[in-house]
Amino acid sequence: MEKFSTLTAIAAPYDPVNVDTDQILPARFLKMPRGQGKHYGSFLFHDVRHADDGSLRGDFVLDQPAYRAARIFVGNTNFACGSSREGAVYTFYDAGFRAVVAPSFSDIFFNNCLKNGIVPVRLDAEICRSLRALLVAKPGTELTVDLEHEELRTPDGAIHRFTLDGFFRELLLKGLDEIGMTLDLLPEIERFERAYAAEAF
Amino acid sequence: MTKPRTLFDKIWDRHVILTRGEQCLLYVDRHLVHDGSFHAFNGLRARGLKVRRPRQNFGMPDHYVPTHARTASAAATPEIRQMIETLDANLTSHGIEMFALDDPRQGIVHVVGPEQGITLPGIVLVCGDSHTSSHGALGAFAFGIGQSENMHVLATQTLWQTKPLKMRVSVDGVLGRGVSAKDVVLAIVAKIGAGGAVGHVIEYAGSVVRALSVEGRLTVCNMSIEAGARAGLVAADDATFAYLHGRPRAPTGEAWDRALTAWRRLPTDEGAHFDHEVALDGASIAPMVTWGTSPEDALPITARVPDAKPQALAYMGLAAGTKLTDISVDRVFIGSCTNARIEDLRAAAAIAKGRKAKVPTLVVPGSGLVKQQAEAEGLDRVFVAAGFEWRHAGCSMCVGINGEIGKPQERIASTSNRNFEGRQGKGVRTHLMSPAMAVAAAVTGHLADVREMM
Repeated sequence: MEKFSTLTAIAAPYDPVNVDTDQILPARFLKMPRGQGKHYGSFLFHDVRHADDGSLRGDFVLDQPAYRAARIFVGNTNFACGSSREGAVYTFYDAGFRAVVAPSFSDIFFNNCLKNGIVPVRLDAEICRSLRALLVAKPGTELTVDLEHEELRTPDGAIHRFTLDGFFRELLLKGLDEIGMTLDLLPEIERFERAYAAEAF
Repeated sequence: MTKPRTLFDKIWDRHVILTRGEQCLLYVDRHLVHDGSFHAFNGLRARGLKVRRPRQNFGMPDHYVPTHARTASAAATPEIRQMIETLDANLTSHGIEMFALDDPRQGIVHVVGPEQGITLPGIVLVCGDSHTSSHGALGAFAFGIGQSENMHVLATQTLWQTKPLKMRVSVDGVLGRGVSAKDVVLAIVAKIGAGGAVGHVIEYAGSVVRALSVEGRLTVCNMSIEAGARAGLVAADDATFAYLHGRPRAPTGEAWDRALTAWRRLPTDEGAHFDHEVALDGASIAPMVTWGTSPEDALPITARVPDAKPQALAYMGLAAGTKLTDISVDRVFIGSCTNARIEDLRAAAAIAKGRKAKVPTLVVPGSGLVKQQAEAEGLDRVFVAAGFEWRHAGCSMCVGINGEIGKPQERIASTSNRNFEGRQGKGVRTHLMSPAMAVAAAVTGHLADVREMM
């Protein structure tokens, strides 16, 4: 996994609550391969961004010139709910995003972010609202996500503290592979299994 | 005295291998994979890893399978065919038991798991599908995961998890005539909201839940995720044990007796702590339908379209104030992991009997065994006589990735779990409801109160 250090980048605001992963990545793209030059970036919010004839509507936030280079996404409550599709995270990642900010996330999407080098930042609904308002008022505004210090900073000097579980914070900061780390614990897993089997019905 | 624990606490505690801060390395008893899980196998291959405990993993194609035939070559496109064949190859090469497309036991993972006794009380079961919450109906801690987590389970038979909060949803009283498990869960989701249970595991309790069959409980737990919950649980009881006894993967003989003793200790202790409590009166729940683009947008069929969520109303092509029963439908889908078990088909057939469909109606059983059972009971003949199409098992129009989707602006009465924009095809308008209510819509051509047909 790619290491995450401090990211200062343009942020894009998106107001709707309960945005579901079917909107982020329509199901028909789920079968697409990824890797070896294949990317999911062009699928991000595909059907929200495109008209029925396939043309780009142009009104979606990421299609407006000021936000095209965005790498931080600021959403709303219960962000990325619904389907567990990890492809929803691939679309953000492949489109260049490395942080998503929201008052709350679906549990599965949140975990999927942690496994794919995207930092999910939980901040109060009121703070998220003011961030989105700032990004609308001043398109192209850059935010800073500092994972080491667990801070999100705005250009006007505001500092918003967030917390991320220490275990996953370290994995993201060091770009460590979770599976490799778990396999190092194999003796403990095997010890657990022996005791567990002994008491199983 | 030991601190009183909830059902969930007891399962959690028993499966924690070790902890690192807030993260617990949790042991996974059983893992289900399906035809959408290819990224996990690709990742495994790229790292040169093996499946650590093949016998604790089970696989079957369901999302991409055609429902008009039982061969991969009948798939809608070569790309979809490839999805089914890739799963076959991955499971075979890793030695994982497979319920293949031509196996009569094949079906939707969340129907097959309980049906085969793969799902048992007190176990941790995971699958790369959000509706894995279904399996909690048997008193298992079951939750959906992403494909990186699938890969982690395949490689280690464990998962890193933070312990969720606990919510108890109690539904007391007695359900009215024509009110089913689907109406109960739609009422719950409407009450707590699509994000109301994020970060929580829900335990369902109360006299209504206790009175539900295991199949009804599966419907309720299935849609826990639509309220944002990590999982849903119902304490196993005599109904659960009767359901499980004799299932192929359930313990037998002395092992069954030992299991029963262990399972009877699992229910929540008196006085155990829940972070949130929610209560509903079962008697006040009516047959429900959704009007918007989130499962929380559910109302009794006797209501009118509310003056709310303008974007959802625009997508749905509805005007505020319209009676729900005045909304005409173009198509009906009866199926999905929410409502494609035998009881669902019986409830549908009871309304369909002697009536005729006014719109195209698809009935897709949840598994090959459900299909066999329905045919043994003559339900298929009732459906066919009513003009419905009777298909083979699969996810079908719930998510539409096998190619079975509606047309833009088409309005579908559906027994599935999600009415999201585009869920059943681009521009398609989905109304969620119970199987009986879906048949009521099919035979009248509009959303209708099934109680008037009983």
